[in-house]
Amino acid sequence: MRDKVRTDAKSALQGALKDGMVIMAGGFGLCGIPEHIIAAIKEAGVKDLTFISNNCGVDDFGLGILLANGQVKKMISSYVGENKLFERLYLDGKLELELNPQGTLAERIRAGGAGIGGFYTKTGVGTVVAEGKPTREFDGHTYVLETGLTADLSIIKAWKGDREGNLIYRKTARNFNPMMATAGRLVVAEVEELVETGALDADSIHTPGLYVDRLFVGDHFEKRIEKVITRPREGVTEGAR
Amino acid sequence: MAWTREEMAARAARQIEDGFYVNLGIGIPTLVANALPPGMDVSFQSENGMLGIGPFPYEGEEDPDLINAGKQTITEIPSTSYFSSADAFAMIRGGHMDLSILGSMQVSETGDIANWTVPGKMLKGMGGAMDLVAGARKVIVLMEHVERSGASKLLKECTLPLTGTKVVDMVITDLAVFEFPKRGGPLRLIELAPGVTLDEVKAKTEAAFEVALEAKAA
Repeated sequence: MRDKVRTDAKSALQGALKDGMVIMAGGFGLCGIPEHIIAAIKEAGVKDLTFISNNCGVDDFGLGILLANGQVKKMISSYVGENKLFERLYLDGKLELELNPQGTLAERIRAGGAGIGGFYTKTGVGTVVAEGKPTREFDGHTYVLETGLTADLSIIKAWKGDREGNLIYRKTARNFNPMMATAGRLVVAEVEELVETGALDADSIHTPGLYVDRLFVGDHFEKRIEKVITRPREGVTEGAR
Repeated sequence: MAWTREEMAARAARQIEDGFYVNLGIGIPTLVANALPPGMDVSFQSENGMLGIGPFPYEGEEDPDLINAGKQTITEIPSTSYFSSADAFAMIRGGHMDLSILGSMQVSETGDIANWTVPGKMLKGMGGAMDLVAGARKVIVLMEHVERSGASKLLKECTLPLTGTKVVDMVITDLAVFEFPKRGGPLRLIELAPGVTLDEVKAKTEAAFEVALEAKAA
C-alpha cells in the first residue's frame, strides 16, 4: 500500500536533502510557495543548492531566507527584482544566476517533466538569451533551441490534496507548481487541506497523484502578500494591474 | 502640450478593439485598463496564470492566492479562468493574445525593443517580456519620448540588451504616435500630441522616420 502522507515538512524531507542538489520550488513571487518546506530546508542547513524557481522570494520570506542563510549557490529564474540581498550577492560574485524568459522557464520545466529533451521557441531570438544556442527556421521564422529541465527534488504548494497525492491548486497560486510536480525525481507537496482519497472531484484534479511522492498538511500558512493594493468602497476603479 | 501618462494610456486604449484579449505590462500600461470606454468586452491576461482580471479588492478582502503579474492583489470576475504559467505562456507564445502593451527604455527604428536591463545598474530579469514581444499578435510600446537627460529613447539602434528584434508595431510617447506599418520598419510618425510640433519631434528623435500626419487624422 502506498503511504505518501507525512506529519510535517521535516519528516517529508527525510533523507531527501544533500549538499549541491538541484531543487525546483513552486510559486510566483510569494504566491503559492511551499513556505513550510523552505523553512525546513533552512533548518536542515544543506548548502550549495541550485534552485529553479521563477523568483527568489523577498529578503526575509520565501527562498530569500535560504539566500540569507548562505545555502544557495545558483538560481535559475526569470525575475529577481524584489530581493536586494540577491543583487548584492550576485554583484559580489557569491551567487550564480541563469536568467530565463518566464515562458521559456515554464516550458523547459514542462518539457523536462514530459520527457521532451528540447524545443524551439521564438522567445529570445536575437537577444543574449539565444547566444550560443542553435537556431532553426520554421515557416520563415527563426526559433532558438531550449532544453528541458529536471531536478533532484521538487517542492510544491497546493490547496487540497488526498492521500493518493492528487492535488488541486487555488487561483493564481497554481503558477509553476503543476509543471514542477512533474519534473522532480522526488516530489514533496505541502497542502492546506488533506482529504480522504475519493473526496476530490476527479475531473477537477490538477496534478494526478502519481507525480507526488510525499505530502503533508502545513500547520499555519503565513501566505504573505507582496503588494497589497485595494480600492475605496465607493469607487469603481478598475485595476488590471 | 505633451500628453500626460493618463493621456498616453487613453491613446493606447483607442487601439483596443471590442473582444480583444490583452496583456498589460507594469508602469504606464497599467493605466490603460482605466481608460477603456465603457461597454467594451475586453479581457486582460496575467501571465502568472489568469485570464479575466477584475478590479483591485476592497480593503480587507485581499486574497494572497490571487495576484497579478505585478504581484498586486486583484479580484476575479465572472469570466475569469485560472491556469498554470506554462499554459499562460502557451497563450502568449502561440499568438492567442491580440495585444501586448509594454513600457520600454529604448525602441529602434527597425522595431527592436530593449526594456529589461541596464548592465551594471539594474539586476531584475526579463520576466515575461521576451515571450510577450515574441508572441503577441500586436505589440504597442508606451514610453516617455526622451530620457531624463534629454536623450532620445527612439534610436537608430538600441544600446541596451534587447528584449526582441523587429517586434514593435506602434510606439506611443508623450509627444507623438509612431507606427511600423510593416514589422521591421520603416518607422512612421502618424500623430502629434496637441501643441507639439513636427520640428520638436524631429529634434528629439534619433531614429529615422517617415511623416504621415495627414493619413491618420486623430
